[in-house]
Amino acid sequence: MFAYLVKRVFQAIAVMLVISLIGFAIQGNLGDPLRELVGQSVSEEVRQELRDDLGLNDPFLVQYWRFLGNALQGDLGTSYFFKEPAVDVILKKLPATLELVFGATLIIVGLSVPLGVYTAIKPNSWISRAIMAISIIGISIPVFLTAILMIYLFSVELGWAPSFGRGETVHVIGYWDTNFLTVDGWAHIIMPSIALSSIMLPMFIRLIRAEMMEVLQSEYVRFAKAKGIAPWRIYFVHALKNTLLPVITVGGVQIGTMVAYTILTETVFSWPGMGSMFLEAVNRVDTPLIVAYLIVVGFIFVVTNTIVDLIYGLVNPTVKLARLGA
Amino acid sequence: MSFLKSCVAATALATAFAGTAHAEISVNVAYDADPVSLDPYEQLSGGTLQLNHMVFDPLVRWTQDLQFEGRLADSWEQIDDTTMRFNLREGVKFHSGNEMTAKDIEWTFDRIKQSPDFKGIFAPFTGIEVVDDYTVDLKTAEPYPLVLHTATYLFAMDSEFYTGETEDGADKAEVVKHGDSFASRNISGTGPFTVSEREQGVKVTFDRFDGYWDTESEGNVDEIVLTPIKEDPTRVAALLSGDVDFIAPVPPTDLKRLEDADGVNLITMPGTRIITLQMNQERVEAFKDPKVRMAVDYAVNNAGIVDRIMRGFGTVAAQASPVGYAGHVEGMEPRYDVAKAKELMAEAGYEDGFSITMMAPNNRYVNDDKIAQAVSSMLSQIGITVDLQTLPKAQYWPEFDARAADIMMIGWHSDTEDSANFHQFLTACPDEETGNGQYNSGNFCNEEADALMVKANNETDPEARAALLQELEQLLFDEAAFIPLHWQDLAWGAKDGMNADEIVNALNFPYFGDLVVSE
Repeated sequence: MFAYLVKRVFQAIAVMLVISLIGFAIQGNLGDPLRELVGQSVSEEVRQELRDDLGLNDPFLVQYWRFLGNALQGDLGTSYFFKEPAVDVILKKLPATLELVFGATLIIVGLSVPLGVYTAIKPNSWISRAIMAISIIGISIPVFLTAILMIYLFSVELGWAPSFGRGETVHVIGYWDTNFLTVDGWAHIIMPSIALSSIMLPMFIRLIRAEMMEVLQSEYVRFAKAKGIAPWRIYFVHALKNTLLPVITVGGVQIGTMVAYTILTETVFSWPGMGSMFLEAVNRVDTPLIVAYLIVVGFIFVVTNTIVDLIYGLVNPTVKLARLGA
Repeated sequence: MSFLKSCVAATALATAFAGTAHAEISVNVAYDADPVSLDPYEQLSGGTLQLNHMVFDPLVRWTQDLQFEGRLADSWEQIDDTTMRFNLREGVKFHSGNEMTAKDIEWTFDRIKQSPDFKGIFAPFTGIEVVDDYTVDLKTAEPYPLVLHTATYLFAMDSEFYTGETEDGADKAEVVKHGDSFASRNISGTGPFTVSEREQGVKVTFDRFDGYWDTESEGNVDEIVLTPIKEDPTRVAALLSGDVDFIAPVPPTDLKRLEDADGVNLITMPGTRIITLQMNQERVEAFKDPKVRMAVDYAVNNAGIVDRIMRGFGTVAAQASPVGYAGHVEGMEPRYDVAKAKELMAEAGYEDGFSITMMAPNNRYVNDDKIAQAVSSMLSQIGITVDLQTLPKAQYWPEFDARAADIMMIGWHSDTEDSANFHQFLTACPDEETGNGQYNSGNFCNEEADALMVKANNETDPEARAALLQELEQLLFDEAAFIPLHWQDLAWGAKDGMNADEIVNALNFPYFGDLVVSE
């Protein structure tokens, strides 16, 4: 276990290094940050002075070396737009994004299990067919389109939910303000959460359905049926347990992916999280913030993957951690 | 920060004691972006000027019909060829409680000279002289016709408030372009609103300043909450659903929707930003021939572009100067005649046409990429094959600076609202020393035209100057120096009862201080 963790930490460091190098290498191709920093009629001479100030005229390796030196001291640079350390900016935006991911996860977990199980038990009922048809649509429509359609239907036409932003939040601790303690906060988070879940939810329904159907064919389920155990007990206690093993594994990885999907959802709903922040940073060529975001998101991926591996090992003792880590 | 806090506390107290006679009027505004900084002189951009007109006051400002209106300056007079005297309003208070006097104007002027973005606009000014507490003289080296134009950029900063050192030992007055500074987070002006709360990229809250000097203004808004909503459809939906009261800009695709919607008003106005194409004479031999340039101009159907691509959301242009500018030539008609264009191509010896490259941004101007596509198919009709590349603005500008294509698109708004500025940046002979022709990717160079500009910039008689600028505009037209397309219109959306049409202007900084919301 300990050896595994040490190995993982070294891997994580290597991954971070590679991400930072890639992030740093592409920033030259994102455009000229000076364009977004100064007015159009500002002379080239003034621009050059500013470039010198920012160290943008130094050779690539010099810049990267300086970046690494600062990064070791926990400084990933200062955002041009926010004028604050990039890490602080991201940490301030992180809670909003995590709450959104959490909201979407609640919806996915709450709906995918009953729907997945139902469609597996009654694959030919018209309700199952409808669920599968809708889930196909859900998978095929891009998140931003779902989001815009929802805004027009529920905000503009019906007036049920607010169209943008986080609404009223309650301060919890540090940078964390929560949506979940006020009615207004709930009203604001529902639509973005549904939009964000619209891709993953159908996938999980299908995954659970497929796993469940396989389990239902197995000997022990038949035996349980023959024994006369109540059907709901067979489905939800015996079969579901074995269905969920692979679902948990996939789910852990997908939470990381969902953080990436927040870029679109947050932008459409003007959700003040780090997804919309990233897209704006790209538009503004706010390179320190872009590189820092890539590193932080990379870090989140590494951590969730590690946790999933650990859980997998715990749930299924036949999996050797040492082998996984290798 | 402590100032902001005390401001909030003061407002809270004031409201508590005022014994509310009428309900608070709060207006929610959604723009596509929020101001980069609270520093009025950090970045020369629309967002900064919008902020400045809410929290500060300039010496003079533009009216809706592009005339000057005194704000902090009560009156002004030319006392000799190179000196303009401004008499300042008395009894004007900053948000901090300090009184505004001539020394604040002098201090602000000196600070502008330190600002990388704004010092260019003030370059013709050699100094400022304080005559007495309420009189200042602005001095130029040469006679300069744009003194008042420039004075619209002189927003009095609270010199006492911005003087001294912060806890970290930084000078409170410094202008920092990319980093933390006192002025980027703290603000004290004389304007109708104070900033009570700000979370960058999320929202800015403005509260009415109780001690505002302009008691004649009927503005009745107590609070403005500005939220940036980047996505066009979301911004429109926010207005339609009633979550916000005022939005800008309105995308062309939603103009009709807003016009038809109940309870919402669409306000449009011809803007002053010209969209143009430049033909690079250094890269393409054919473009050196005025006949070929004119053929291109004849082939491009600007009216069609405005009609179909812009959905009428633009004003067809034949010149750079919009109506209201000194150099605007009345009755100049856009050229469009494909047969004539082919004829000109043949005359120039290019009846078989040629191939060129073209670049345009795809997220800078309204429908920029679609316009570029339309132009390239129009040019194919006269035998010019276009290899078009459209790029996001962040990548486009470095290409533009490198003059990387034969035809490039550029939109321009004159910072001084003056015609000479268009020529100086877009069509003057490129000269690194003077900075002329900084955005002249066409390398058009005509000494007569440059001479007219210089002459106009030293002519202080408005009528004589207008004549020179119109002559310049005519010359550029006759030479087909560039392809003018259209002036982008401006559009705002507002809830009924906002009366926003009274406060908007072609410069796109609404005067929220004067906003009268019907109760």
